Amino acid sequence: MSAPYRIAGATGEWEIVVGLEVHCELSTATKLFCSCANRFGAEPNTNVCPVCLGLPGSLPVLNRHAVELAMAIGTALGCEIRPSVFHRKNYFYPDMPKDYQVTQYDEPINVAGALELADHARVGIVRAHLEEDTGKTTHVGGDGRIHGADYALVDYNRAGVPLVEIVSAPDITSPEQARAYVAELRAVLVATGASDGRMEEGSLRVDANVSVRRVGDPSYGTRCEVKNLNSLRSLGRAIEHEAHRQVAVLEDGGLVAQETRHWNETTGRTTSMRSKEEAFDYRYFPEPDLVRLAPGREWIAAVAAGLKMLPAARRARLAALVGEDAPAALEQIATALDLGLDDLVVAAAGLGAPARLALARAANEAAQDPASARALAPEAFAEVLHLESSGALSATQAKAVLAEMLAGKGSPRAIAQRLGFEGLSAEELDTVVAGVIGEHPAEWERYAAGDDKVAQFLLGQVMRRTKGRANGKLVAEALQRRRA
Amino acid sequence: MSAAAPFAGGAVALAAAIRRGEESARRVAEVVLEEIAGADDLLHCFNAVTSEEALRAADAVDVAVAAGRDPGPLCGVPVALKDNLCTRGVPTTCSSRILEGWRPPYDATVVSRLRKAGAVIVGKTNLDEFAMGSSTENSANGPTRNPWDTSRVPGGSSGGSAAAVAAGLVPLALGSDTGGSIRQPASLCGVVGLKPTYGLVSRYGLVAFASSLDQIGPFALRVEDAAALLEVIAGHDPADSTSLAGEVPPLAPEVGRSPAGLRVGVVADFLVDASPACADAVRRGADALVAAGAAVEDVAIPELLHGLSAYYLIAPAEASSNLARYDGVRYGLRVDADDVATMNARTRSKGFGAEVKRRIMLGTYVLSAGYYDAYYAQAQRVRTLIMDAFRRAYERFDVLLAPTSPSVAFPIGAKSDPLEMYLSDLFTIPSNLAGHPAVSVPFALGEENLPVGVQVLAPALGEPAMLRVAGALERAAAPDARGPVRPHGAGAGR
Repeated sequence: MSAPYRIAGATGEWEIVVGLEVHCELSTATKLFCSCANRFGAEPNTNVCPVCLGLPGSLPVLNRHAVELAMAIGTALGCEIRPSVFHRKNYFYPDMPKDYQVTQYDEPINVAGALELADHARVGIVRAHLEEDTGKTTHVGGDGRIHGADYALVDYNRAGVPLVEIVSAPDITSPEQARAYVAELRAVLVATGASDGRMEEGSLRVDANVSVRRVGDPSYGTRCEVKNLNSLRSLGRAIEHEAHRQVAVLEDGGLVAQETRHWNETTGRTTSMRSKEEAFDYRYFPEPDLVRLAPGREWIAAVAAGLKMLPAARRARLAALVGEDAPAALEQIATALDLGLDDLVVAAAGLGAPARLALARAANEAAQDPASARALAPEAFAEVLHLESSGALSATQAKAVLAEMLAGKGSPRAIAQRLGFEGLSAEELDTVVAGVIGEHPAEWERYAAGDDKVAQFLLGQVMRRTKGRANGKLVAEALQRRRA
Repeated sequence: MSAAAPFAGGAVALAAAIRRGEESARRVAEVVLEEIAGADDLLHCFNAVTSEEALRAADAVDVAVAAGRDPGPLCGVPVALKDNLCTRGVPTTCSSRILEGWRPPYDATVVSRLRKAGAVIVGKTNLDEFAMGSSTENSANGPTRNPWDTSRVPGGSSGGSAAAVAAGLVPLALGSDTGGSIRQPASLCGVVGLKPTYGLVSRYGLVAFASSLDQIGPFALRVEDAAALLEVIAGHDPADSTSLAGEVPPLAPEVGRSPAGLRVGVVADFLVDASPACADAVRRGADALVAAGAAVEDVAIPELLHGLSAYYLIAPAEASSNLARYDGVRYGLRVDADDVATMNARTRSKGFGAEVKRRIMLGTYVLSAGYYDAYYAQAQRVRTLIMDAFRRAYERFDVLLAPTSPSVAFPIGAKSDPLEMYLSDLFTIPSNLAGHPAVSVPFALGEENLPVGVQVLAPALGEPAMLRVAGALERAAAPDARGPVRPHGAGAGR
């Protein structure tokens, strides 16, 4: 557990309070209310129809798969899944075809869950609700922002793409924890099959509610919502900057104004977008074109049964195998989970391979080619680990064999043989060692008398005779035995 | 109407004649297009007449019949569509400037079903802009006139469809009913107008006014024809999430069945606020039902009178959201400006008429932060109250009887006060709030010798009993109380 995050001000220490709103685009084949393809990167305005263009007379029909993915997210976050109602959120914007967004308001599908981070900290989940995405506006001319642009182009391909908005409790206490939260949430969303997790394509979008207070103060400060956070890096930077800005305002005797602020990646600053007074009155009311959504017990149970193992459980499984005592192990566990190599590690351990070694080889060597590593037969992986742990292969040799296995060059034994790493039986080695002793009686005498510095010379001779095929560790052991 | 009117015997009979090859769909279409051309300069029922498409569709019907195929239940029958129903490639304007130039790339579900049933679509009829009104005066294209007295309104908002059927220009038409927009003009024009149970007919392709209240329904001169048209357009549609599941039972056969044994409640609260002739028509309708063997009794449902206030909060609230999309960005009118917000504002200022703007502002206000509970939420509670009151009444009665409209057709320009206009829908709104079906049947001639309809209300999916009673009323009605009527001025006679 690291030290709590503090901002040292001129008048004392401050802590920060952060809540995150994460918009996750669902990986459905079609949009939330029509059968248009939900696909990133198509020619503008090609995945559109009367419904997602909001043409007069068109009506929405809810996508069953989107509901199932929303329920899967809710289940994974330990939420209660409840009967829910869609509302209309009314405001004018050119990339919103109906000039209202269909979303869930006071009766969302998922409420009251929590996300456990890698360090076992818990962040509360207030809600995770379904809604439709807007289209995308590109401002042309000027600096690409709305002010000073010559005109704007609108692409409605994204309009109507299903989103789940996940709202955390204000439980996050540092920029680093905010990043850890999003990273963990991303892993959960990918594990549920709900999302591809691509922040750079906008599949995952994060807004941060940031406030500061004096250390020990139980009440919350006034918060600002920071938008345009397109990466984990900008999330951490923006929170840090915004918290410091608020501390500076407060220490100057000012008040933080509740407002929406825009993060500028280039300048590294947040700037005011609109104040609370300028905030839209969204005039929410129940969407009359849709009926109440009330999934039955059986449906909820079926979705839960279909869930794959979640990151926390996978992490716990690895930790139970290898222990979490060393920082290196923690890092290797994180890497293995991230690359989806934990199944391989667990399977190899199940076949009798040493778990620590399995994790290390997975997180370091196999990680060089994760796709091939995920396709590796656990038996083959276990075998190379066994060859290494039994001393038949040195660590260096085992790594070389593993690299060849990942390249699809055959079984561990065949590769070891081809590379000349194998074939020295215990008897053969013994014969070679005896030969070397016979040729260098003086050196042997010194070694036998306890001069360990000569061991390296004798080992080198054995290696020369065997053209490097001998295992250094075994040679050393053989020499030891003879001296004893 | 010329003596050669090919559908004097009704739409169902006309379809049968075409199916048997005794009548040609082409000839019928030609007669109808000619009649429209002759009468519509005066009446202005139509925003657009789709002559070419109509003749092509009629020819296809004739070819099918000649080949021994059955083109469907509405084989060759001309139908007019309210101009808020989307028609592929044909302008759909909602009688608003804001949709100028827009051609939908798709057909409304009801339109596809009509085509599949062999109907011949002849044009798009005038309406109050976005169906907001009770007189068809709020149209960017000017008012439609009532063929019974061309100085008067046909009612609204489906005035173009009602007047076209009343004048004998078409045997069938579709309208939409959000607070009475089918039934009230039906009453004022002496035709049958039916609002189905909410969810019985798909709203996909109906340009939304108030989504929780809107429902598409038929106009006809006869109850049987209205029922036959309803059978064609009703039924589950996966494209409308509020569409009801399940099979639709045969409806047309109900019309001829005796109402004997049915329990009919007369909504006494409504008679007080109706004109003498409108109230009297209900009383005489009730007498006729007693004579036919129904059990009739007065019932007090005072909650229903609160419907109007609730409606004028809920409907504008939904409308303010539904009409937000007309922003000049994607289709229809655009008045350019240097920035988007100004372009939006200018487009909407120019594109919408006064009544639409009034309702958008009203609806925006009632949904605003701090007002939602006092207005929108309160109106929803009243809506629940009305549904409960109906439920209690339907424990005792199969159907209810009421006036459709408080008055006969009024002169064009007579109701300049919006609140006075809103009262036109006092008796029709409760059925929309509850999602129930109701039908207006032409029954008598009232003040100024103008037609008066009687309204039959039923609980959700109560169309069969409702149609039995409607049929009985039709058989007892004054024969001169319904169209077709040759368009004429005041007091000129038929």
